[in-house]
Parts: sequence; C-alpha cells; structure tokens
Amino acid sequence: MNAENLIALLIAAPLLGAAVLLVGGRRLDAVGHWVGTLLSAASFVIGVILFADLLGKDAEHRTLTQHLFSWIPVEGFQADVAFRLDQLSMTFVLLITGVGSLIHLYSIGYMEHDERRRRFFGYLNLFLAAMLLLVLADNYLLLYVGWEGVGLASYLLIGFWQHKPSAATAAKKAFLVNRVGDMGLSIAIMLMFTTFGTFAFGPLLGTHAEPGLAGGASEGKLTAIALMLLLAACGKSAQVPLQSWLGDAMEGPTPVSALIHAATMVTAGVYLIVRSAAIFNAAPDAQLVVTVVGAVTLLFGAIVGCAKDDIKKALAGSTMSQIGYMVLAAGLGPIGYVFAIMHLVTHGFFKAGLFLGAGSVMHGMNDEVDMRKYGGLRTYMPVTFITFGLGYLAIIGFPGLSGFFSKDKIIEAAFAKGGTEGWILGGAALLGAAITAYYMTRVMLMTFFGEKRWQPDENGNEPHPHESPRVMTIPMIVLAVGSVFGGAIFGIGDRFLHWLEPVTGHSHGDSPVSALTVTLATVVVLVIGGAIAYAQYGRRPVPAVAPRGSLLTRAARRDLLQDDFNHVVLVRGGEHLTRSLVYVDHTLVDGVVNGTAAGFGGLSGRLRRVQNGFARSYAVSMFGGVALLIAATLLMRAV
Amino acid sequence: MSAAAVHSLWTTAADPISKIDAPKIEYGQLSPTLIIVGAAILGVLIEAFVPRRSRYHAQVFVSVVALCAAFAVVVALAADGYGTTKAHIAAMGAIAVDGPSLFLQGTILLAGLVGLFTFAERRLDPEAHGNRVDSFAAQAASVPGSDSEKAAVKAGFTTTEVFPLLMFAVAGMLVFPSANDLLTLFIALEVFSLPLYLLCALARRKRLMSQEAAVKYFLLGAFASAFTLFGIALLYGYAGSVSYATIAQVVDGTVTDVDPALANTMGNDALLLIGGAMVLMGLLFKVGAVPFHMWTPDVYQGAPTPVTGFMAAATKVAAFGALLRLLYVVLPGLRWDWRPVMWAVAIVTMLGGAIVAITQTDIKRLLAYSSIAHAGFILAGVIATSRDGVSSVLFYLAAYSFVTIGAFAVVTLVRDAGGEATHLSRWAGLGRRSPLVAAVFAVFLLAFAGIPLTSGFAGKFAVFKAAAEGGAGPLVVIGVISSAIAAFFYIRVIVLMFFSEPRPEGPTVAVPSPLTMATIGIGVAVTVVLGVAPQYFLDLANQAGVFVR
Repeated sequence: MNAENLIALLIAAPLLGAAVLLVGGRRLDAVGHWVGTLLSAASFVIGVILFADLLGKDAEHRTLTQHLFSWIPVEGFQADVAFRLDQLSMTFVLLITGVGSLIHLYSIGYMEHDERRRRFFGYLNLFLAAMLLLVLADNYLLLYVGWEGVGLASYLLIGFWQHKPSAATAAKKAFLVNRVGDMGLSIAIMLMFTTFGTFAFGPLLGTHAEPGLAGGASEGKLTAIALMLLLAACGKSAQVPLQSWLGDAMEGPTPVSALIHAATMVTAGVYLIVRSAAIFNAAPDAQLVVTVVGAVTLLFGAIVGCAKDDIKKALAGSTMSQIGYMVLAAGLGPIGYVFAIMHLVTHGFFKAGLFLGAGSVMHGMNDEVDMRKYGGLRTYMPVTFITFGLGYLAIIGFPGLSGFFSKDKIIEAAFAKGGTEGWILGGAALLGAAITAYYMTRVMLMTFFGEKRWQPDENGNEPHPHESPRVMTIPMIVLAVGSVFGGAIFGIGDRFLHWLEPVTGHSHGDSPVSALTVTLATVVVLVIGGAIAYAQYGRRPVPAVAPRGSLLTRAARRDLLQDDFNHVVLVRGGEHLTRSLVYVDHTLVDGVVNGTAAGFGGLSGRLRRVQNGFARSYAVSMFGGVALLIAATLLMRAV
Repeated sequence: MSAAAVHSLWTTAADPISKIDAPKIEYGQLSPTLIIVGAAILGVLIEAFVPRRSRYHAQVFVSVVALCAAFAVVVALAADGYGTTKAHIAAMGAIAVDGPSLFLQGTILLAGLVGLFTFAERRLDPEAHGNRVDSFAAQAASVPGSDSEKAAVKAGFTTTEVFPLLMFAVAGMLVFPSANDLLTLFIALEVFSLPLYLLCALARRKRLMSQEAAVKYFLLGAFASAFTLFGIALLYGYAGSVSYATIAQVVDGTVTDVDPALANTMGNDALLLIGGAMVLMGLLFKVGAVPFHMWTPDVYQGAPTPVTGFMAAATKVAAFGALLRLLYVVLPGLRWDWRPVMWAVAIVTMLGGAIVAITQTDIKRLLAYSSIAHAGFILAGVIATSRDGVSSVLFYLAAYSFVTIGAFAVVTLVRDAGGEATHLSRWAGLGRRSPLVAAVFAVFLLAFAGIPLTSGFAGKFAVFKAAAEGGAGPLVVIGVISSAIAAFFYIRVIVLMFFSEPRPEGPTVAVPSPLTMATIGIGVAVTVVLGVAPQYFLDLANQAGVFVR
C-alpha cells in the first residue's frame, strides 16, 4: 500500500469519531471518551507511520499528494479534494495528533464529572479532523473548509458550558471576530482565482525548482492577496487588531484552552503565512505589515499577561504574545519561516503543558482561577508543580530548554532583518522576552510559592488542594519532557532547519550583532525580568485583593482597552450606521418603492378607463393603432 | 355550329385538360389537419343523426380520439425528420411542414385536448331538472330569460355542437402557423376565428354578457380581418404572388421579372410596407398586443370559462406561429423596418398589460390583462430574429398554454349561487377553505409571474436571453420591469387567498369530475416539469427552430 493513501485516513479517523459520538447518542456515554481518545491516537499512529515513510526518502522527495475526488468540476473552476503531505504539514500533523491525543487522555480525567463528556469528545474529534484538513489540504478552497471547521469546533467548545452566560457570550464573540478574518481568507481566495485562475498549491506556489504562478502577478495584487491572508491569520491567531476574542475564549474547558487556544488552532494563521511563503516573498510591503503585527502583538499580549490575576487569562496573554513571535518570524521571510514553525512546535508543547497544569490546579481548587487565592501549592501538587515549572522554564527561554532554542533564533532573525527595522523588531522581541520572564515568574510565584491564600467560599466549602489523577498527570509529564528536550532535539545540529528547509526555504540574513551576543542578551533580559517579578511577588506577600495599580496596569487588566475600543468604534459606529441606513431605507428606498407603486396604481386606474366597453371605441383604437403602425413603418424607411 | 364541330370542340378540348397535372397533395403530412377536420365533420353528422342522449358521449369520444390520433401523427412526422431534415413545403406551396409547424401543431393539439376536458365537464353546475349540464347554454338560439330558454333548460338540452366547433377551430389553428401563402393564412384565420366567435356566445350563465362578448369579438375580429385581407391584396400587388417564398424573393430583389399585369405596382415599397403592416396588424390583433388588445378583457370575461382558457392558450400559439413565419420567412429582408415598430409594440404591450392589470377586480379580466403582458414578453423573443428567438418563443408558447388552461380550469371550480365567483374579493381566504385548489392556483400564478422552478421562469428566461443576444437589451430591461409590476398582482392574489380571512358567505369549491382534474393535473405537472427540468424541451424547441423557406 502506498503511503499516499494513508493521508485521508489521518482525517477520517477523528471524523469518524466525531460522527459516531455526536450521532450515537446516550448509548455511547459510557465509552465515548475512550472511542474519541483511541481514534485520536489512531490518527497519531498513522501520522508516525507516514513520518517514518517521509524520513525514508531523500529531502527533495518528501511531498506526498493524494487526490480523493473532484469536488467542484466546473469548466474553468476546478476544485479537488486533494491532500498534500510535506515536511510542513507533517510537522503539524504530528503536533496536532500528538498533543491532541495527550489532551484527549487528560480530558478523560478533567471532564469526568461532566454529564456531557461524550459530546465534548465528539467536538474534540471534530476539531482534530478539521485542523488536519486545514493543514493537509492541497488547495486554498479545501483549506478554507478546514479553516471554517476549526472555527466551528472552537465556537462549540468555548461555549461548551453554555449554561454560563459568559461562556455563551465568549463563544459568540470568538465566532464573530473570526468571521472578520474569514472574510479576509475568502477574499484572498477570490483574488487568487481572478488573478491566477487557480487556488491549488501546486501550480500557485510552485517548488524551489520551478516557481509557481504566484511570482508572476503584479506586486500590487500580490500585496492585496497577502494582506487579506494576513487578515485571516490575525483572526484565527488572535493578532492585533483581531486579538480580542482569545482572552474570553478561556471560558471553555481548560483542555480546550490547551489544545485549541494554545497549541494548535491559534497557530493556523502562522501556518497560512508560512504555507503562502511564495506569495509573501513577492510582496515585501505585506511582509513588513506582518512583522509589525507580530511585534505589536507580542508586546500587547505580554503586557496583558502581566496584569491578569486569572491564571488562564494570564496564559492566554502569553499565548498571544508567543504567536506574535511566530508571526514576526514568518514576516521576516526565508530568514524566519523555519524558526516560526519551530517555535510553534515547542510552544505547542510547553504551552499545552502549562495549560494542563493550570487545569490541574483548578481541578484541585474547586475551579478557582484567581491566582491571588492560590499560593504555596507546590507541596499539595508536586507533579503539577514540577511539570508546570519545567514548562515555565521552557517558555521564558531558560538555556537548554526548548523555548530557549526557538525564541533565541527568532530574536536573532529579527536583528538579521537588517537596518532600522531590524533594530526595532529585534529590540521589541528582546523586550518581549524580558516581559515574558516577568509575567511567567509572577504566575509561578503566585501559584506555587508563598503562603496559602485560599478561603472558604460563601457556602463554607474550603478547597482541598490535591494532586490530579494519573490520567491527567501522565499527559502533563509527557508534555513536560517535550518542553525540556524538544528544543535541543530540533535545534542542535539544525535538524529542524534541514527538515523544513526544502518547503519553506531558508537564508541566513545579515545580522549586525553576533549570535552569541543575542543569546547573552536574551539570557540577561530573562534574568532581569525574572528578578523584578521575584522582587514584587516572591519577597513580599501577595495581597488577596489586587491593588489599584498604575494607569498602565489598570488598562492592561482591561486588555489594554481592546473591548472599549471595539465598543466605541465598531459597535457604536455600527449602530449609527445601521440607524442611518434604516432611516434611508424608510424614507428614501421605501419612498421610491411606494411612490413607484402608487404611480403605477394611478396610471393603471387612468388607463383602465380607456377600456369603456364600447366596441366602437375599441375599433377606433385599433384603427389608430394600425395607422400608427403604418406611419411608423413608413417613417422608418424614410429615416 | 355543326354537330361535328361541336364534337371536335369536345374532343380537342379534352386534350389540354388531360395535360393539366393533378395537384400533388402530401396527404400523409397533412393528416393531422385532415383528421381534425374529419372529426369536425363527423361531429356535425353526429348532431344531425345521433339521438340527443347519446350525442355528448359520441362527440367527446370522437373529439378525443381525433385529437390523440392527430397528435400521434404529429409526433410520428417529427420522429420521421419532417421537423428537421425532411422539412419542406407541401400541398403545392400552401403548407409548410417544418419544425415550427410540427411543434406548434403538437402544442395546439395538446392544448385542444386538455381544453376539451373542460368543455366536457358536467359536474360543476348543479343538475338542472335531473340533467347534468355543462358550461354552455341549453339552447343557444333561445333568447336569454325567455320561456323558450326555460323550456330548453327543463328539457335538459345541452349544446353539444361545441365539440365540432372546437374541432373546426383546432383545424384552423393547425393550418394557421404552417400556412405558406397569404390566402391559406387568411382562410385558416377565418376557419378558427368563426367557431371561436360562436363559442364565446354560448355561456350557460350570464348569457347576455356572453353574447355581448361574442358580438364585440366578432365585430372587431371582422374589422381586423378586413385589414389583413387588404394588406394581403397590397402585398400581392407588390410581389405579384401570395406565396411567402416569392414575396421574400421580391423583397430581397432576387426576383426581378415583372408581371406585365402588375407593372405599375410591383416593387413599390409603399405597398410592401403598408401591406406588411396591415397583415401584421391582423396577427397582432389575434395575439392581443396593444393597441389591438381591447377585445381581450371583455371577451375573456364574457366567454364561457372553458372557452376562454382554450382560446387564450391555443389562439396565442397559432397566431404567434403565423407571426413568426411572416416575419422570419416573408419579411426578413425588411428586418430594419419592422424591428423598431415591433419594439414599440412589445414595449407598450408589456407595460400596458402589466399596468392595467394592477387595478382589475375580476379574476378573468385579470388573467386577460396578464395574457396581454405575456404577449408582450413573447414579442420580445420574436424580435430577436435568431434561431434562439424562434425556439424560445416555441418553448414559451408551450409552457404558457398549459399554465393558462390550468388557471382558467381552476377558475371554473370556484362557484357560488350565480355560477362562477370571479370577483377577486370572493377569493379571499380561499387557501383556508380549500388549500389544495388555492395551492394549485398559486402554482399557476407563480408560473405566470415567472418565479424559478416553474415553466414561466424557464420560458421568460429563454425569450429574454434570446432578445438580449439579438441586440434588444433595453427591451429586456423593460420586460423585467414589467415582470416586476406583473408579479405584484399575481402575488396579491396569492396573498388574498392565503392571508385574508375567509368571508362568511364565500364561494364554495365544486368537486369536479376527473376531466377537469386531469386538465388541472396536467397543467401543474407540465408547469413543474418544464420549470424544474426544462432542458429536454428547450432542446426540442431548439431543434424545431428553423423555418423551411
């Protein structure tokens, strides 16, 4: 059996799971979670087999395609259901199915007491299928199907506890904000079709040997397409200005936050940009915008992360910030593509681990999320503490751990962009690293160190922090191992670079500062950020009620006023617009319509009087008619 | 003169006579018409010789058999290739046997058949003195309201003559679109018009109105015929012939040998233009185009509803067939003269029909104005002057016929003590009381309005497409505007039926016999089939879209 034929099975397994679990009904309640987990694991096993197959080939021939059927076979508009498995999508497949399977396993414990657990696993499987479709599609239209599919799964899972109004609102918000990005993707696809006549990867993007059509269009058009793709990426990956939904998305169950809103789905935007490298490479203006978006977001997310007392929202800010790094790297072009993906993978490990750790803490603390009511948990939850701690070291870029290898490379690449831009971007990335160290140290200290600060709630129930069951800790341990060693495995000897280079291309750029300097600077800012956090939260007791804080702190607590901005500009503006449109509709449009109708009615009333019932009048009208007919005919000849 | 001389006169005279060739008549190809004429004559004989109580069944039987047989022959001829490869001019140049002829003859025969079912309906009117009666007067010659009328009703008389009249009308209509010279055209016109005048006068209820309608129709029809005939004379003066082919050649300038008797007139374009316009006027009268439409509402309203339905459908088919042939075969060389004029006619017809229909309060008059507007839409296809134009008109006519007959058949069902309740206000809330009938009528109205998934949409799309491709874009715009206006009054009836409170003493819906049910059922089926899967029939019409010259 050819390896190509396995590709569809990657998607089919979780899709089958989703169908069975969602259609099967209550009969499957008892086994549903195992069905979902096993099918996810099956997909992972297939992924590993395909990975082994790819490794067996030489680097230039590691692209497998599978053509399933012609989806829309219209003349001049050909869309196929076809899959492409190359090094880029293979990386994603392993990340998605691997982390996905671990989180399925974790969810068995986490969702144990939820009576809708079967449905939850159905949605998770649906998400896996859609995400795999997204990364395996061989054309943009099919990618769009996966894109919308993950959006749907994300909506369903954020709002999974729909009995909570906040969850329902958050789901709606995520969906709406994502629609803006989706419009960008659909416009991009339309532009591609009108410009190139196709949206299939093969002819459009080409290979290294033979460039595709994408290079052939005018730069203006390519910039337009690239900016629309960026808009799509901003929506899905919560980048400024479409970042506002991610914090609220934490209303979903924590495994969802770990899988979808940290490790996989939110990185789809990065995938889109890297996959469309051929288009972005030919549109330098758009690339600059990408880097700006990335740099702004990485600072934005980091600042928000510093001010949040809700552990998941702090992590959400961190996610936004880390994806900002990836987008920044992706915007750097061939210097950064590989590192964007590398950071994406390592981030997938440590951020999923951190979220699972947060979930474990919440599990032990009666679903309390306010870090000011934690404290000193390291003795109560040793496994969670150690795994979370390793994830913490990885994300701040502690030398030797995975985040160190990937983030360091991105900062290097940003400097290597050269010129003023290089300095600004590199500086922003470096500053982000410092803030990352600060807010993560803060989370760590507030949660696991210091005195215990929890109180009985109004019903007198005092939390009894305890370690989570084995089914939850095992995935955390596995992810922690990945967080520790992933970077070294990828980074040492540039293994990941050699693996991905045939797809994305790579160039070294011309860095004004040496790699060693950057590394040293990174370590220094990391120590500074950590030290400040320790001074604020380690040496002094943490107040149980948040102090008022500076203006910036208060703004950051409100997500840097993103919702206020959206409300004032978009909601109010939209309301005004609709109100004026309604007014115009009522007066002008209705006026014209009603006026026309009244006009025709009056005309009709007058004309029908001609029909007076007398044959003689009719005959006269006929006579007049024929006279006119003859006159007109003769006149035509005369003219 | 001596006996021998006389004898020699006899014998010598015999020789040249023997040299005259017998006219060559292709009886096989003309048999659809011949069958119908035969059935009509047989119907007259039935009236004369068959006992009164058996006449109805005998007449219905003969008519149905004849229509089916004629249709079968038409299909056989078409299958034999007479519509395409073997198309030719038969009967010494009098009749064209070609695609449009056969397509329209088939349509007319089917329309005649479903129309006949409504003619034969005898369950709607309450029984008069124990006798089942149809929509037609008990005794046409009796004065309305007189004692003789009452006696005739009491005796249970029925006017079974309507069947042979219908057959004669159908026969004339079969010839009309296939006529290939002006005299045949005129005779066909009269052959189908005269029976229709009579049929219009035969309503059982509201007889005075019916007779008034018939008189108006007859007077105005005769008036129009006179113009037509005069136009024919002028065209003869211009071309020295009544044959379509010859006239066309003279117009083109390919025939120049002047008939010495007509040396003063031949080739005089004034004769051509005036004559052509007059003949055109006769045909526009029959299709009900503005400003020759004024008979339509009065006649449609006054005539017995089955007659209205048949007339509205079949007359239009026949007359548009003749119009197409005239414009495409006889006058193509004059295209630049008649097209602007026909543009104007089409525009005023579309707009006039649609606008005046808005304020109508009687369902039959409403449908009459609707038919005027539709005549305008079809004219847009005629103006295209392309093969697509012909085929779109053919398709439209077929689609429209069934919708029309079906709609009028539904009108016969909604009744109160005075017969059919045709005032629109009486139809309020019909959808609550008789959802099925109202739904069926709604389907027909939607088809009239040209809503997708009905035959009306496919037909309208076809004619507008052909017109647009034929360079009549502005006409299409006006057509679409008229359609929008027309949609208003069609939808208004639907709203009235489904969203108004039923009146306390509203009309009842009579349960018809299977005959009317068949008419309505076929109407709905054709409307939906042509709407959902029109391609086969569009292809058929397209194959039939070439005139033989």
